[in-house]
Order: sequence, then C-alpha cells, then structure tokens
Amino acid sequence: MTTSTQTVASQKEIIVTGFGGQGIILAGKIIGMAASLGDNKESTLTQAYGPESRGGACNAQVIISDRPIHYPYVQKPHILLALSQAGYDKFAGLLEKESILLTDQDLVPNVNVTCAHYEIAATRMAEKIGHKMMANIIMIGFFTAITGGISKKAAEDTVLNSVPKGTEEKNLKAFNQGYDYGISTLKGKEKRAAGKTGAIA
Amino acid sequence: MKPAVRTGSYYMTGDVACAEGAIAAGCLFFGAYPITPATEVAEHMAERLPDVGGTFIQMEDEIAAIASILGAAWTGVKSMTATSGPGFSLMMENLGLGVCTETPCVIINVQRTGPSTGLPTQTGQGDMMQARWGSHGDYELIALAPSSPQDCFYHTILAFNLSEKYRVPVLVMADEIVGHMSEKVVIPDAKEIKLESRPKPKGRKDRFKLYEPGPNGVAPMPSIGEGYNVHVTGLTHDERGYPAMDTEEQENMLARIKGKIRNNLDDIIHTEEYMMDDADIVIVSYGISTRTGLTAVDEARKLGYKVGLFRLITVWPFPEQKIHEIASRVKGLITIEINLGQVHYEVERCAHGQAETHLVGSAGGKIIHPDKVVSLIKEVFQP
Repeated sequence: MTTSTQTVASQKEIIVTGFGGQGIILAGKIIGMAASLGDNKESTLTQAYGPESRGGACNAQVIISDRPIHYPYVQKPHILLALSQAGYDKFAGLLEKESILLTDQDLVPNVNVTCAHYEIAATRMAEKIGHKMMANIIMIGFFTAITGGISKKAAEDTVLNSVPKGTEEKNLKAFNQGYDYGISTLKGKEKRAAGKTGAIA
Repeated sequence: MKPAVRTGSYYMTGDVACAEGAIAAGCLFFGAYPITPATEVAEHMAERLPDVGGTFIQMEDEIAAIASILGAAWTGVKSMTATSGPGFSLMMENLGLGVCTETPCVIINVQRTGPSTGLPTQTGQGDMMQARWGSHGDYELIALAPSSPQDCFYHTILAFNLSEKYRVPVLVMADEIVGHMSEKVVIPDAKEIKLESRPKPKGRKDRFKLYEPGPNGVAPMPSIGEGYNVHVTGLTHDERGYPAMDTEEQENMLARIKGKIRNNLDDIIHTEEYMMDDADIVIVSYGISTRTGLTAVDEARKLGYKVGLFRLITVWPFPEQKIHEIASRVKGLITIEINLGQVHYEVERCAHGQAETHLVGSAGGKIIHPDKVVSLIKEVFQP
C-alpha cells in the first residue's frame, strides 16, 4: 500500500545533507529563504536538530511550492545535494528516476543512481578561494544553475544577507564559481547529447 | 528605542515568531529558564526586549520563571515565559496561582516528547491534558495551538489579547517542529494589529473591590502602586481579595473564574475548517498535526473519500458544541495528535456516540505521516 503523497507538479522537495559543520543548515536556509522572500513562493525549512547537526550526519529539508505547504517534510526528494558519503548513503534510496542528484565529487566518491547526477569539486574549489567553509555556497550556486530551483537574483541577494559581515564579496564569488560551473556542465551535457564531443566541441 | 512591530516579510522559525508576536503585543517582561526546544524564544526575547524598554530575566528555574511573570503582571506590564515539558511541569503550581489570582500572562510551551526528560530534541503533543488539568483544583484557562511560524506570531498576540481581556494565563502549545521550522512570516503594520488591555478600575479608590466582576464577568485590574487596595492571594478569597475560609466564597470565586471563560466561549474559541462543506469524515487536529491532516485530506479525496478537517486553534476551552454538531452529521471523526490519546477522548466525549471516533496517534518523537491517516480511512470507511 502506498499513497505517495502530494508530489504536486508545482512543488519541489529538496534535501541538503553532509556533516555537521559544513554549513548544511545554512545552505538549506539560504535556499528556503531565497524561494520565500526572493522568489515570493511558499517554502518550508525543517532541519536536523540535536547532536547530529554538530558533527554527525546532518540534513536540511526544504520544500518550495506555489501553494501553501501542508505536510512539512520531504517525502520524495526531487533534488538531493550531498556533501558527504554518509549523507548520500542515507537518502539515495529515496531518489526516483526524475530526481536530480548533486554531489561534491571528492566527498561522495561512490554513487550509483539511475537519476540525473551532476558533480562538482565544491570543497576543493572553496579551498582554492582560501575558505573551505564556503563549499556550501559554491554548492548553492551549482544547485541554482543546474535545477533552477531558485532564481539567480534571489540566491545572490540571500547569500549576501546570510553570511557574516565582511565576507559578502568572497561568498558572492564562491556562489558565482558554483553557478558558472553548473552552467558549463549543462552546456557540456547538451553538446554531448548532440554528439558534439571531443576537441572541436 | 526601536519599534515593537517589525513590519515586513521574514524567513523565521516558530520560536522567533513567538517572540516577535509577544513584542508586537506589547510584552515588556520575560522571565524564563532555557530549555530545548524553547530556548530560542528566550534568546530572541533577550535580544529584542531592550529595543522596546522591556526587561529580560533568566531566572534560576521554571518555578521562579512563572512566579516572576505573575509578579510583573501585577505591576501593570504584559508578561510572558517560555518552556518545554519538564519546565512546564515545574510551572504547574504557580499556573494555578495565576488562575486563582486572575493574573494575565502568557506561557509558551514548545512541546517535546515526555514523560520526564524524554526526547529533548524531538517533537511531541503529550502535554495537552497537562495544559488543561495540570495544576490542582478545578478551573478554566485558555490554550492555543499554532501549526506554523506565521501562526506563532499571530497566536502569541491572540494569547496576550485573551489573557488581558479575561485576566487568565493563556498557554501557547507549540511543539518542537513548529518551533524550529522556518517559513515566511509576514508582520503587518502596527496599526493593523488590534491589541487588548486588561480592564482598568474607575471610580472611588476607597470603594474598590479587587475581584468585583465587570459586565463580561471579568474584574477590572489595577496595578500595584496605583492607590487601589491590592491583596493578591492563592487562598480562597472574597471580592475584596481577602482570604475567606468558607465554602460560599469558594463557590463565588470558582463561579467567577469558570464563568468568565464559559460565558464567553464564542469570543475565545477559534477554529478553522478545510474542505468541510461536503465532508462525511472529519479529521480533528491541532498544532503541527494539522499539517499531517491537511495532506491526508488531499490524499483521501483523490481516492474518492469526502474528508474534511476541523482545526482547533483554541484547544482549551474545548469546542464542545461544534464537535457535537459535526458528529451529528458525519460518519466518523479522526483525531490526529502526537500522543496516544488525549484530545481524542474529548472528541469522543463530545461526539456522544453520534459518529465513530478514531485516533491516529503516536508515542512521540516525530510528526505523524499522512499515510497512517489514509490507511485508517481505507480500512474503516467506504468512499
């Protein structure tokens, strides 16, 4: 028996997962807030609370919808952002064919899914900027480009309003690195789909 | 000083929204002891009260916390505390003092799972009967149940308004999920928020009686230091407020304490309906479980069942008549709550055998999944 609840077309259910300390909750909050205040949609953020949000496997769940959100937890994630193998392992089973998986490729080495999967070396890129903790912001940029779950403007505004004072510019740069990487990933995929691979692509 | 009403749209947790609602309602005193999952209410009150010239005190425990807000109320300010299960238990004796002395104040209970220390970081709705009957003796009070951060803002204002109007402690029975979830909270212009203040005495001070009821059964309330004779006691007292150790005064006092609530039910009881017009199966719920119920209604309707939802914003006093009336015209009533049967038995009592009554409950720790409700509907009812 199943009554797979409310996979309403206008509703996107998102899980962000990783270790406590990677800024998972903040990433969820930025996505939820951008959807709510920037794009003027309904959005609900529920989050792991307790010891796991301070070191263990941690997650934030965001629902974005055009209509009021009833049940506030994710039932079938349309989008999973995984920043740790443990987080991926915990939620991968919920993914369906139409879902989208986004991973940090260095931190989630073992992936086996049938849905669309995009990867980015978010933490390595963040380290190059000089701030490892900005991997979450790079991931949000990547998410925004790949899924269009939130608008770029709403995402940028929310990032600027959510990060510590004095770090806005660096975080915006991190966001745009993730975003640009996402756009070029999509372009690469289109070209591959059209058979234009190799040096002349 | 900064404005009490922070007009605008915010992405806010329920705990913070309770605090913003309190400040918008004119709360100027908050005394509390931190406890998961209500700590963020205290944190935000500590941040915001200095903005509006108010006072924040972290008390030594919850017994002192509720005592402090009762005392503050008698100085003329609106006061509040916030806690969770274990702290709520400690507050029970002085909650009765608040009822007996007819002291307006607001108590937020961000419920977690009990009994005892229970699951401190996880949700529950197991304090509902404690909210109604937790202090000794016979009495009435008011309890509300928000199901979203936006509700937390408005229901805290409503709690203050009802507590002022009826001179009674009002409980806001939130829970861990509502307290910690973030959603859009729209804070309107200050002029759009209607605020109530306790009735104040007029006339000769030498003839004043502290508990002489006004037209709606509620006695005007002076502040200490205004020149009126103020004697506040938890002993049974006469209309002057003086201890009166006889059964006649006990009857008078209880008639006033209960009557001011029982005789104003239409004003005090707030409910909401969803898809109720043609419903022959009705889900009764409150707080976070309302959101399980709403999804269950949508799902069951897809299967051809005529299901509606009756939501209790005011849980105490219980909407007895309304439940009785609904029961007379439907096949069944299903109560959803994160406990193993509390409000369910009230629904059963009020249905009075006119309709089947069912419970979808849980021992606590997490929200109830809508599938559990839909399964029950499929098992018990025909579309």
